Amino acid sequence: MAFLHAVSSGTSATKGVLKSKSLTPYLLLAPGLIWLVTFFIIPIFSLASTSTMVRPDGAQVGVYEQKLRFANYVDAFVANQDQYLRSFFYAALATLLALAIAYPLAYAIAFKSGKYRNILLVMVIAPFFTSFLLRTIAWTQILADSGPVVSTIQLLPFIDDLFRINNTSTAVVIGLAYNFLPFMTLPLYASLERIDPRTLEAAGDLYANGLTTFRKVTLPLSMPGVVAGTLLTFIPAAGDYVNAAILGNPSTKMIGNVIESRFFAVVDYPTAAALSFTLMATILILVTLYIRKSGTDELV
Amino acid sequence: MANSKVSQDTGDLKLDRVSKHYGDFCAVDDLSLIVPDGSFFALLGPSGCGKTTTLRMIAGLEEPSAGTISIGETDITTQKSYRRNVNTVFQNYALFPHLTIFENIAFGLRRRGIKDVKTEVENALNLVEMGHLAERKPNQLSGGQQQRIAVARAIVNRPEVLLLDEPLGALDLKLRRQMQIELKRIQTEVGITFIHVTHDQEEAMTMADTIAVMNQGKIEQMGSATDLYEAPKTAFVANFLGQCNLIKGKITSRSGDKAIVTAKGLNFEVPLSRVATTNDSVFLGVRPEKLRLDDTGVNSIKNCVVTDRSFVGTSTQYMVRAPWDLELVVFEQNDEGLHDLRVGDTVSLEWDPEHTFALDGAGDINAGADLDDDE
Repeated sequence: MAFLHAVSSGTSATKGVLKSKSLTPYLLLAPGLIWLVTFFIIPIFSLASTSTMVRPDGAQVGVYEQKLRFANYVDAFVANQDQYLRSFFYAALATLLALAIAYPLAYAIAFKSGKYRNILLVMVIAPFFTSFLLRTIAWTQILADSGPVVSTIQLLPFIDDLFRINNTSTAVVIGLAYNFLPFMTLPLYASLERIDPRTLEAAGDLYANGLTTFRKVTLPLSMPGVVAGTLLTFIPAAGDYVNAAILGNPSTKMIGNVIESRFFAVVDYPTAAALSFTLMATILILVTLYIRKSGTDELV
Repeated sequence: MANSKVSQDTGDLKLDRVSKHYGDFCAVDDLSLIVPDGSFFALLGPSGCGKTTTLRMIAGLEEPSAGTISIGETDITTQKSYRRNVNTVFQNYALFPHLTIFENIAFGLRRRGIKDVKTEVENALNLVEMGHLAERKPNQLSGGQQQRIAVARAIVNRPEVLLLDEPLGALDLKLRRQMQIELKRIQTEVGITFIHVTHDQEEAMTMADTIAVMNQGKIEQMGSATDLYEAPKTAFVANFLGQCNLIKGKITSRSGDKAIVTAKGLNFEVPLSRVATTNDSVFLGVRPEKLRLDDTGVNSIKNCVVTDRSFVGTSTQYMVRAPWDLELVVFEQNDEGLHDLRVGDTVSLEWDPEHTFALDGAGDINAGADLDDDE
C-alpha cells in the first residue's frame, strides 16, 4: 500500500512539473512578445490605417478619417518618385563607398593589428559616443568651401575656383557612408576574424599567391560579413534624412526628408504613412532578392 | 606556366645549420639533417622543442634566421611557400570550409593551371578511400574523414616532400592507430618523402623509418626506432622513448670490450660499444622489461623491496626499491614464470650486460621523463 501510494503521489508530482514546464516557455517569451506587440505590431497597424485615410472637406489641419483610399499610395509615389529613386541610389553609392573603406580596415584589424586590435576596435566605435547630428554637422566644416578638403582639391590644375562639395549630392553620399561605416566594419571584422589563419597558410602551401588566396579563400569566407555589413548600411541609409538635410540642397532630398516634412511640416499623415510603407516594402523586396542572389550556397 | 615555377627535380631534403630565433628565444638551434628521398621520417619531441618550427621552415611558412634548406640541388631557403613543391597536412587539417571535398582536393592542381583535374582528384580520393564524399562540405565530415581529405589534398599535387604536422593529434586512440597504418600504407604506395612531426613516441616508432628526437631546438639522437629504444645516447632519449631505469654510477674500469660501472658498491658490466660517453660519471640504463626478478645474472641488485604492483594485462608492472634511495620499474611478462609478488616482498633483480647502456652522467637524470604523454 505504501508503495502504491508513493507511486501515485510520484505521478501527480510529475504532472505538476509537466504543467508548469509547459507554461515556462510562454512566460519567458512574454516580455519580448509584449514589447513587440506594443512597439511594433500596434504602430504598424496604426500606420497602415493612417495611410488610407482622407482629410474630410473643410476639416481642420491634421484631422483625417478612414476611407480606405488606397490611391493614396499611387499619389504619394507619383509625387515623390524622384526623391524615392534618389534615396536608393545614394544609399547604394554610400554602401559601396563604405564597403571600399571598411573592408581593408576590417582586414587590417583582423589580421595585422597584433596587440593594437582592441584599441582599433574601440576607435571604430568611438564616434558613437557623440551625437549623430553633431558628427554630421562636423562634416559641413570639413567639407566647407574654404575648408581643408576643398582647398586641397582646388590646387589641382583642372579644378576651377567654384568647385565645392558642401550642399551637393557628393556631400550627402560621403555623410551617409561615414555615419554607417561602423555597421559595415564590425560585421566584416567579425567574419574575417573567424577565418582560421591556417586555411590561409594552407592556400599558400597549395600554390596560391597572396592575391589568389584572397580571391579564392579570404573573400568567399568573409561573404557573411559583406552581406550583413551591406544590409546594415544600406537599410538605414535608404531611410535617412539627416545627411540630406544637413549636407545636401533641395535637389538632393531623399525620401526620408519627404516623409519627415509630410509628418511634421505639412501634417499630411496619410501621404507620410503611405511613403513609409512603400519604403519598407521596397527595402524588404530588395533585401530578399539580395540575400537570395548573394547565395546562401556561397555562405558557409 | 605556373607549373614550371615549381622545382621538379627530386632528391634528398637537406637542412644545413638551420636556426630560427624569435627575439631572444631560440626555437631551432643550428640544426642539420638529411632526409633521404622517399623515406618516412619522424621529428619527435615534446611540445616547444622546435619540431613544428622546423616543419614550417621546410614548408616555407617561416624563414630561417640562419642556414640553408635544399631539396636535391635546389636551394629553397627563401623560396615562397606557394613556389615550393612541398605540401603540408596541417594539424587541424585547415580544409577550406566554403569548398566541397572535390574542390578542396582540386585546389592545388587548379592553382598550378591544370585544367583537367577530375581523374587526379578521384584517384586521390580513392587512395584515402573517400570517393563517395566528393560533393560534401568539410563540416559534414568526421575528424577521421577530414584527416584523410587533408592527406589527399596534399598528396594529389605529388610533392617532393609531404609534411605532416601532428596529423593524428585530434583523433581518438582507436582511430589514431588505424590512421597510423593507413598513412604508412599511403606512403609506401606513393613513395613520397614524408616528414611527420609528433610528440607521440609510439606513433613515431610505429610509422617512421628514421626518427629524429628533438629537444630544445636540437636533435638529441637520430636513428631507427629499435636503435633509439635499445641504445639511447642521452638520458633525454632514454626517458622520452618508453620507460627507463637510470642508475647514477662511475666507470671504474674499461678493459677489452667491456666496462665496469660501480654504483653504491655494486659492480655492473656494460659492453663498451654501449657506452655513449667518454666521461667516467655515467647513468647506467636498463629498460623495465629487461629486468628479471632473480639473482643469478652478471648484473644484479639484491635485497630490494616491492613497493607497488599493477596488473596491465600482458604484463605485471612492479615498482621495486633498491637498498638505497632508488626506485626501479620492472615489467614481468604474464606467462608461466610469473612470480606473483606482493607489496613488501623482498626480491633480487638481475639483467644481462648486453641490455645495459651507459649515458653521460652530466645531465639531468629525469630529462624527458614526464613529457611524452600530452601537449
